[in-house]
Amino acid sequence: MRSIQEKLPEFERLGVKPVAISVDAPAVSAELARKAGYTFPILSDRDAAVIRRYDLLHKGAGEGGGDVSRPAEFLLDRNGVVRWRNLAEDYRVRARVEEMLAEARKLSGAR
Amino acid sequence: MKGRFNWPLWSGLLLSVVAFLSYYGFFSQFPVTRDVPWVPFLLFLIAAALLVAGWRRAPRKTLASIVAVLELVVIGVFVFLVTVFSRDLPRSGRAPAVGQQAHAFALPDTQNRTVALSDLRQGSNGVLLIFYRGYW
Repeated sequence: MRSIQEKLPEFERLGVKPVAISVDAPAVSAELARKAGYTFPILSDRDAAVIRRYDLLHKGAGEGGGDVSRPAEFLLDRNGVVRWRNLAEDYRVRARVEEMLAEARKLSGAR
Repeated sequence: MKGRFNWPLWSGLLLSVVAFLSYYGFFSQFPVTRDVPWVPFLLFLIAAALLVAGWRRAPRKTLASIVAVLELVVIGVFVFLVTVFSRDLPRSGRAPAVGQQAHAFALPDTQNRTVALSDLRQGSNGVLLIFYRGYW
């Protein structure tokens, strides 16, 4: 998410809006945004309803055995259709922001 | 304990602990040092060499053995975490695939204002959804 923030002007130029989602409460996400300087939206899925809907629930993997989302990224076009996705096989290894930017460029028709 | 302080033995153990903590505290922040944890592995290698040197110079092997076991546990736990544990993820077989419509949602943001996917799509070329484990 740090790299997303670094490339935020580029995403904005391409007209692609990054948005982060986790099970954290809004206050916890607000603290993260403040400390890390994130200015893109961070949404709270407290009961993991959306995370479940997207089939991303990682049971008992959170702090204190709570359910969390596995890391995953989806790039949607203006109609809400998935154009690219990344389901990390290893939660340490996440998609590089360069790859996401390249996909975002394809979407906006920019180069 | 008589004799000289066995610095290779203890610095080997200390280095293995430092290697372990440095990954989670620092090197995991950068893709170059995160995806393949080469920095801690390099440090573990040096730590293991120090351990062997320390073991050789130890007059009595009991303490040296305990230190050796501790160091191997540190290295073993790390290897487990970065191989087996971090790959233990759900299958997500029903996650929206390329070409499928993403499920609509409306969730509160950091200011408790409800944000819907349809709001985000308004006037944009696309939306990048980033699901993450949370801020611990």
